[in-house]
Amino acid sequence: MSDIDLREAVMAKALELQVMGETAPRYARDQVNQPMINNWVEAMGDSLSRYTQGEAPPAMAQVWTMGGLNPQRDPNDPLHSMMEFLTEQGFTAVLGTNCEQTYERYLRVGEQLSVTTVLDSVVGPKMTGVGEGYFVTTKSVWRVEDEVVATMLFRVLKYRPKQADANAVDPTKVLRPAINRDTEFFWEGTRQGELRLQQCGSCHELRHPPGPACPSCGEFDRTFVVSSGVGRLFSFVVHRYPAVPGKQLPLLLGLIELDEGVRMVAELVGMGPEDVEIDMPVQVAWQRIDDSLTLPVFERRS
Amino acid sequence: MQIGDTFAAWELPITPTLVVSTAIATRDFQDVHHDRDLATSYGSKDIFLNILTTTGLVERYVTDVLGEEYDVTGISVRLGAPAYPYDTLTFSGDVVAATETTMEIKVVGQVSLGAHVTATVGVRVR
Repeated sequence: MSDIDLREAVMAKALELQVMGETAPRYARDQVNQPMINNWVEAMGDSLSRYTQGEAPPAMAQVWTMGGLNPQRDPNDPLHSMMEFLTEQGFTAVLGTNCEQTYERYLRVGEQLSVTTVLDSVVGPKMTGVGEGYFVTTKSVWRVEDEVVATMLFRVLKYRPKQADANAVDPTKVLRPAINRDTEFFWEGTRQGELRLQQCGSCHELRHPPGPACPSCGEFDRTFVVSSGVGRLFSFVVHRYPAVPGKQLPLLLGLIELDEGVRMVAELVGMGPEDVEIDMPVQVAWQRIDDSLTLPVFERRS
Repeated sequence: MQIGDTFAAWELPITPTLVVSTAIATRDFQDVHHDRDLATSYGSKDIFLNILTTTGLVERYVTDVLGEEYDVTGISVRLGAPAYPYDTLTFSGDVVAATETTMEIKVVGQVSLGAHVTATVGVRVR
């Protein structure tokens, strides 16, 4: 069904229910009575003395005619019929949005209430924060015999829940680096916002990625310096497939030549594949995943 | 009281007992108001206050302040964020209209997620 046909079908159903008018009166299970008032007052913590002297709280009006634990559905109930119709059209979720009650007078113990309901309006489709849907408003009238004692406009949003974004990624699912005695200084640095480069304690050569021995002089004496985090893009790849845990595709992977002279592989952020240029100036930024992991990423430096 | 007068705030801790006891006292047996397992299976964080209770608490807040001098003639509520257990529902009220015999009070009930309820309560001298 097209959107226009769907809207027409919804409005036709609404009109059909509106012309049926008020439902037949449905009677409260019990007369207005003190024990139920006491239960309500106790639960709400309300302490007005008038509620112990034969008067019922106005906000209880609807309580008297609630369907109870096993409600009998009136097949002509317009709210129920409209809800069912919208559910069949895919508007499966419901949310109460407004309830406007008026009280003509306070009810007294011993009075017998009845309620009628009419479909007031169906408005939509509207795009809302929770999804697209229709606002369905019913009007209920409570009577003692023929005297109107309370009214209610009740509005619900009957909506199609927004689809969870199928492309949404959970960044905490990212592949974890192997952290060992050779590399832990590096990841300790990223947690603190420092880009640390391993340096040979003997010949002072810088190297990345970290390792146990100096590839230049073979010494095991390891120390580090903190990089400026500034460099240029030496090369890059655009990874489009397959999916990478915790990463949105396409994923831009850069080989960055830092001003200190070592190269480092890291994600390029804040740009699309068309924005990437070899030799563009870049600087480090931090992508905090959780308490234990912060990844260095690079963005364009202006 | 006159236009511009404000009501003292009322902080109500929401407990599972409050949610369940008020749901049953208002004869609302929908599972989302008493069965946490089912409520979470529908995507809700927990059980939550039902609308009849929200209306009842708004009424209580206003009559706690005004006492028995006034009748409540109407309550309009606009519903917002759900009121879950372990949150606090904080009511505030402002007189927004007044005549010799009537007043309109705007009531806001705030939870940590935002406004749970924005209401207008009409009252009339008895």
